[in-house]
Amino acid sequence: MDQTQTGIAFEQISAQQPASARSIKMAARNVRLDYYNERIGQLLNVLAGIDLSVHTGELVSIVGPSGCGKSTFLTAVDGLISIDDGEIRVDDQIITKPGPDRAMVFQNDSLFPWRTVLQNVTYGLELQQKMPRAQMLERGRALVELVGLQGFGDHYPHELSGGMRQRVNIARALAPDPQLLLLDEPFAALDAQTREFMQAELLKILERTQKTALFITHQIDEAIFLSSRVAVFSARPARIKEIVSIDLPKQRTLAIKLDPRFRHLQDHIWRLIEEESAQTGMHNHA
Amino acid sequence: MHEDKPSQPAARRQISLWKRREDFFLGLIAIVLFLLFWETSVAQGWIKPLFVSSPSRIAKALAMMIADGSIWRDLRVSGLEFALGYGLAVIIGIPLGIMMGWYRRINAVLDPFVSALYATPRIALVPLIVIWFGIDLPSKVAIIFLSTVFPILVSTITGVRTIDRDFIKVARSFGANDRQLFLTLALPSSVPMLLTGLRLGLGHALIGIVVGEMLGANAGIGYMMSLAGATFQTDRVMVGLLIIAGSGMLLTQGLRLIERRFEMWRVDNRN
Repeated sequence: MDQTQTGIAFEQISAQQPASARSIKMAARNVRLDYYNERIGQLLNVLAGIDLSVHTGELVSIVGPSGCGKSTFLTAVDGLISIDDGEIRVDDQIITKPGPDRAMVFQNDSLFPWRTVLQNVTYGLELQQKMPRAQMLERGRALVELVGLQGFGDHYPHELSGGMRQRVNIARALAPDPQLLLLDEPFAALDAQTREFMQAELLKILERTQKTALFITHQIDEAIFLSSRVAVFSARPARIKEIVSIDLPKQRTLAIKLDPRFRHLQDHIWRLIEEESAQTGMHNHA
Repeated sequence: MHEDKPSQPAARRQISLWKRREDFFLGLIAIVLFLLFWETSVAQGWIKPLFVSSPSRIAKALAMMIADGSIWRDLRVSGLEFALGYGLAVIIGIPLGIMMGWYRRINAVLDPFVSALYATPRIALVPLIVIWFGIDLPSKVAIIFLSTVFPILVSTITGVRTIDRDFIKVARSFGANDRQLFLTLALPSSVPMLLTGLRLGLGHALIGIVVGEMLGANAGIGYMMSLAGATFQTDRVMVGLLIIAGSGMLLTQGLRLIERRFEMWRVDNRN
């Protein structure tokens, strides 16, 4: 595909920078967040001081016991909820509300059923009103193609399969050209086969678009396969229990899941989560 | 009917007209049989025509009413009442419903009144309406309006209020302001409920026409029916009934077409 014709500016960067030279894209410092649960009438401490940074061009996954606050943290980075202490910076700017520098790929694809695939993809651009309609549509079409849905632009979401809908969901997030992509268990609802296929697809898309990403998942193998580092959250109130560097080759194929080193990492992370789950009496289903 | 033989497109083409439209033909046959039975039972003297008239008598009565032109006047009067009452209900019901669904405070203020009036059988308001508007056109319009506006209003409120919370999160995440949230989310997602309200309102409007005109009028389909009934002209009553039922079906079909146009995206709309 000739990217210069599709009008996607972010595809120009190609050279892989060494990790040491990379700048920090997202930095969370001592992020604390409380949540008032109306049902039990109690203030719950969800995040107890999260320190996490993501380098430019990197994909970092977050795993942890169920209900530990992973999604809450991601929502805070998106700016949809405000934090009670600490700070989150993206490109050195403190986050207070949603902005075009970040985009969320939601767990439920949440595509607007009354919009076609193309209209869903251009939704963010429509809201921004920064470019003329023709340019918007051109960009939308290029993204539909980028996620492998050429020919489906005029279809409605209910006509697509789960995997295709998540592709649209990703394209919609990419449309405003965000610096940081936030993915909240995007493949959780897919069947195992489609999920593995989509993992490989996501890596391709991220490589082509040179995006930085923060990825939440329950699947340990998914986290390892996609990431350069995996952050393991403790049980609630969440802290970072460990940040596991994934020292696997940069080029990932699904075959890597059979690598003994992959198995070892999987085992290690599983143990970390199990320790946390045992503390709260919750059983993790990973 | 592709479930018959989906793997053999050639065979599908040969499926007879009967098979493809089976439901339609069965319905048609049922109606024809019913009309025959009706006509025969009156012709054989099993039932008196005074009670049930008969298809041929109804046709004759209709032909006479067309010939002397009286039916056009009744249709015109009832049609005008309907258009004004229903139109007013749409013009007021939809914007008010959107406001009440969207702004919590407006809803809190108006909800007690809407709930009370919605729960009241509108026929109970007829004596008041007669006192206020007399028995001419305005009173009929008022009755039809009051019958119609509440189903439209309540459906619109529900439509606006039941927006998927995930959608709101998506819109907010993309930086939507309140106005954009309303235009790109609240409005399109409430269209199905809004159309349901319009359809419900249609039925209520027809009831309003008949009730209003039976109460006191000097023209209109409902008036014609009540006059014919009082003088035991069963054939003419039946003609009125036929017109009311027919226009109800016609208008509902019309709305169905509009719904299809707006609901291309709905899963349950592919038949």
